Amino acid sequence: MFLKRLLSNDMPRSRLLAVLLVALFLALAFAPFLFPGVKALSVAAKILVFVVLVASFDLLLGYTGIVSFAHTMFFGIGAYGIAISASRLGPDWGAVLVGLGASLAVSLVLSFAIGLFSLRVRAIFFAMITLAVASAFQTLASQLSDFTGGEDGLTFKLPELISPSFEFAEEPFLGVSLDGRLLCYYLLFVAAVVLVLAMLRIVNSPFGRVLQAIRENEFRAEAIGYRVVVYRTTAAVLSALFATLAGAMLTIWLRYNGPDTSLSFEIMVDVLLIVVIGGMGTIYGAAIGAVLFVVAQSYLQDLLRMGSEAASGLPWLAALLSPDRWLLWLGVLFVLSVYYFPTGIVGKLRARRASAVR
Amino acid sequence: MKIEFDWKPLLLVPVLALVALPLTGSFSTWLTLTVAGLAMGMIIFIIASGLTLVFGLMDVLNFGHGVFIALGAFVASSVLGLMGDWTGSQELWRNLVAVFPAMLVAMAVAGAVGLAFERFIVRPVYGQHLKQILITMGGMIIGEELIKVIWGPAQVPLPLPEALRGSLLVGDAAISKYRLLAVAVGVVVFGLLAWTLSRTKIGLLIRAGVQDREMVESLGYRIGRLFVGVFVVGSALAGLGGVMWGLFQQNLVPQMGAQVNVLIFIVIIIGGLGSTGGALLGALLVGLMTNYIGFVLPALTQFASIFLMVAVLLWRPQGVYPVANR
Repeated sequence: MFLKRLLSNDMPRSRLLAVLLVALFLALAFAPFLFPGVKALSVAAKILVFVVLVASFDLLLGYTGIVSFAHTMFFGIGAYGIAISASRLGPDWGAVLVGLGASLAVSLVLSFAIGLFSLRVRAIFFAMITLAVASAFQTLASQLSDFTGGEDGLTFKLPELISPSFEFAEEPFLGVSLDGRLLCYYLLFVAAVVLVLAMLRIVNSPFGRVLQAIRENEFRAEAIGYRVVVYRTTAAVLSALFATLAGAMLTIWLRYNGPDTSLSFEIMVDVLLIVVIGGMGTIYGAAIGAVLFVVAQSYLQDLLRMGSEAASGLPWLAALLSPDRWLLWLGVLFVLSVYYFPTGIVGKLRARRASAVR
Repeated sequence: MKIEFDWKPLLLVPVLALVALPLTGSFSTWLTLTVAGLAMGMIIFIIASGLTLVFGLMDVLNFGHGVFIALGAFVASSVLGLMGDWTGSQELWRNLVAVFPAMLVAMAVAGAVGLAFERFIVRPVYGQHLKQILITMGGMIIGEELIKVIWGPAQVPLPLPEALRGSLLVGDAAISKYRLLAVAVGVVVFGLLAWTLSRTKIGLLIRAGVQDREMVESLGYRIGRLFVGVFVVGSALAGLGGVMWGLFQQNLVPQMGAQVNVLIFIVIIIGGLGSTGGALLGALLVGLMTNYIGFVLPALTQFASIFLMVAVLLWRPQGVYPVANR
């Protein structure tokens, strides 16, 4: 079975989930034609980036069972890599490749060093040390303003082929103008599909099984003869590299990068939330969660604003419902989902299927 | 059995100070920086002590600890704001009378919120580190947003009382008055903690509970309540630390909890997770390092404590005073 091999034998194992995933894939594949408009296309591109970012975080949190707070740091390294090289070397493909290569190398070295240092003692060190390193990195990125553009960030040009001004057909096709923007979207789409399939391959390989064994029982995995440190560090490095690629995707789409777009702690919180809601330990959960979250983020804040205006008679309720407090509700949702929903959407769907079969 | 005291880590403080001596140039600058660093270390110790207590005794890694620190600082700003007559006075005793209730109220509020936090956030996930990290991080986000709802998202000034401003000149070195107060409070906190844990019956029970919970329970003690008490004390200490840190920075932002979190994590990693003495040592080292690097190479200040942590972990991967049974 070709499909089975493509998905590395990790089938959705739930009819509803399979339908959802196929619908999602088709919607993203034809997004420019199905949902016309600039905002809709941006939302779709953001979904693609977040699917990769969240899946790469899930490699660490869901499959290996360790928490990293430096994931946005690697995301930011990928974004800055391309932003810096494209703004210095000019808008050609060479610059993009140089930036990508350099940022991958930086991420590799950094994640390897952090992993070796913190994981050889105890997995919880990793959470604290990554938090410290990430916050120092964030400060550094805004301080080195000659290099990174500081708080203002960097705006830069990319090769002609994927910029909006490039039109390769006069006539619009099915009401959509065939320009560089469209090509850029499909570049992102292909990259996202390839990366997600690669991650599926990784987690379903023997290596991925060892990671899950370590997550379930570290002591026993070590006793069987697997070097836990080596496996955990490898997982940390892999996840950092995928996050770097996601950062590169983001910055190629935006043609801008700054501390708030790729490095901020809020993105870290978003990623944590998506992984938990979608379902830890399933790459599919990352995809479903990312879609739900990005759509909610793009359209639900308007709802909050309406609620806040409706509650203007009660000042404290209005303050709680203000769109600026969106993170408050995310936090509540996060805590509740860790308690009552630890397997996430995908876990629930699969459990329903399992009980139905029995 | 008498365990021989491990004195080697204690040497780190004078060694670090001596290494910095030629780098800073003049002796009086060095003395000023050293005293300032030690005092800053004492403030950091006050905020870190609650975290290390909770981790060492209850094995709960509380990423939400920063929220209690921020809460303490914001409560203090409200209390001191109400007592403007006293803080504005030139007399030292009136100022201290104003700061003292601010500390008490901050500790009480942080302790009470800690009680709720323990009950609703932490209790369901005892013994599961991964979920603890996630849940307490969630609690941190909620707490920070609630602080924004109550005190507003903008920066809040927290000026020092009149008589605590400025500094004393001892020889050539300038020592700020507030730092002296911080050292005094830090010494009291450390003394009380060490005394309670090693010399009182409650301390004995807590230590026994850490070693073998079931055994203590079978002897008829309610270890659960005792541990809740530890969590409340840890939160209250964070509140006190928040007051000290807030007066030290003189400006409060709602995100301060997250910023301080990073600092205290480094401190307790250096000290060995759960060790009170280690936390004191780690805090002093971080305080000194931050002041020296801040003077010599200001651009690297953020990384100073991370370098320090890396160096210490290379030497002792578990921190300087590892807690034996974990």
